[in-house]
Amino acid sequence: MKAVVFAEIGDKTYKKTSLEAIQYASKINGVTEVHVVVSGNGDALSDAGKYGATVVHHQAAPCLNSLAASQVLNEAINAVQAKVIVAAKSALGDAVMARSAASYKSTVVGNVVALPETSGSFVVKRSIFTGKAFADTVINSEIKFLSVKKNVVELTEGSGSANVQNLAVNTTATEALSTVTETLKASGTLSLPEADRVVSGGRGLKGPEHWQPLLDLAEALGAATACSKPVSDLDWRPHHEHVGQTGVKVAPNLYIACGISGAIQHLAGVNSSKVIVVINKDPEAPFFKAADYGIVGDAFEVLPKLTAALKNLN
Amino acid sequence: MKILVCISSVPDTTSKIAFEENNTKFAKAGIQYIIGPYDDYALARAVEIKETQGADITVLNVGLAESEPQIRKALAIGADTAVRIDADPTDSFFVAQEIASYAQGKGFDLILMGRETTDYNTGVVHGMVGELLGIPSFSPVMELNIEGSNIKISKEIEGGKEKINTTLPAVLGCQEPIAEWKIPSMRGIMSARTKPLEVISPSSTPQSEIKVFELPAPKGACKMIPAEEAETLIKLLQTEAKVL
Repeated sequence: MKAVVFAEIGDKTYKKTSLEAIQYASKINGVTEVHVVVSGNGDALSDAGKYGATVVHHQAAPCLNSLAASQVLNEAINAVQAKVIVAAKSALGDAVMARSAASYKSTVVGNVVALPETSGSFVVKRSIFTGKAFADTVINSEIKFLSVKKNVVELTEGSGSANVQNLAVNTTATEALSTVTETLKASGTLSLPEADRVVSGGRGLKGPEHWQPLLDLAEALGAATACSKPVSDLDWRPHHEHVGQTGVKVAPNLYIACGISGAIQHLAGVNSSKVIVVINKDPEAPFFKAADYGIVGDAFEVLPKLTAALKNLN
Repeated sequence: MKILVCISSVPDTTSKIAFEENNTKFAKAGIQYIIGPYDDYALARAVEIKETQGADITVLNVGLAESEPQIRKALAIGADTAVRIDADPTDSFFVAQEIASYAQGKGFDLILMGRETTDYNTGVVHGMVGELLGIPSFSPVMELNIEGSNIKISKEIEGGKEKINTTLPAVLGCQEPIAEWKIPSMRGIMSARTKPLEVISPSSTPQSEIKVFELPAPKGACKMIPAEEAETLIKLLQTEAKVL
């Protein structure tokens, strides 16, 4: 059984979550070959081999919309007769997997958190209810499409090197259907959905002018910054930093929440974090119940202490 | 302008999730159901479009009879007619196929829904519907403006957003701040009672099924650190939690 992984390029090379998807695919019982599909400029594409891929199908021109990207993915699926298709859970991954799966009259099972059971029927565990439960799901489609929840795969780098082959799918017609007129992107900041560490601020910080201690800690930690919904609603911080039920869902190794009470809508966006630290003046803040470490105190006093302690450590 | 808004009926975000019958069924007792929070944004934008430039809105739900209060609420908010495909919406492709086969040939200019449902979180139905109908699909959409037969949208990307022009018809998965949630007016609630709600049997079968549910292991107690010794946290994160 062959697997195809839809991979994305991040800053320069594969996104970490895409490498996780590659390694996940290579560990599926019964999978003999992992082929990676990727488009656009990226360095070290053969490194997919370190995580178990044999071949990388590379479309040099970046795909301009999900229609084109799924066309490229389908080309690879057909070429290798793949039966398992894997991607990292992301907005683009979802869009591309959706279109490809539908073209094969197959379903997608999203947010998978463990390797599938493949001995009898194909059964895979996925996270549902925004992290509040799991469901062992049987997939009956002939081709199985899976999106992997971030941070469930522990990456282990091997020594392989994948054979990079050029793909030249003509996507002119599908790409003509839409035009990107402008891309507004904060430069030089860490990608929040991909981040390993996140420092997040809530209304308890009392105003956008008070964010500096939080930014300092984030910098010392190499962490991405995030915020609660009220903070982005008040325009204290940009919308793409909003973490929660209706915002970004993060799954870092470390999530530090400052001045966030921990409404259930916020927890829904962070409950997949490995370690949660809560700093809040109010000892009754519900967030402490979901935390691993808690500090009852004024964030403006606590944060500089943490930053200083980190700097001593380095 | 004809708009199809697809809504899910999901447990309220604050619901306590539990399972019954040996963890094979979701425990529905005591659960308050709501219109999917993202779907609610899609509906609100559709109603704004109707108010500003005129539109005919059909609201569609793939769900069992118990989702009718949510469908009626969508009618009260401003949808004109409603359709319920009578099936439990547990499989993405199944739901997409039902939506696409309903929409096929009916001339909808826009098909709007939330970026994902908050129960299964797969976030693929809009893309699948787009593929099945052979039209563009985008998600997560934060702004939508119609200009003749074209639309201008802005879509969230990691760390920012992308502005896109595309043509109608299209399928969009929506999220805030595309519109503000709308609360039904008393007049809306009254008129919703008499608006048509058609119930259709599904024409396909699900391709996946849930064998068993599971709750996550309970979280251990939170270790409290006195504020005056805040710096010890860093040590604990390094040596105990091993995340630094």
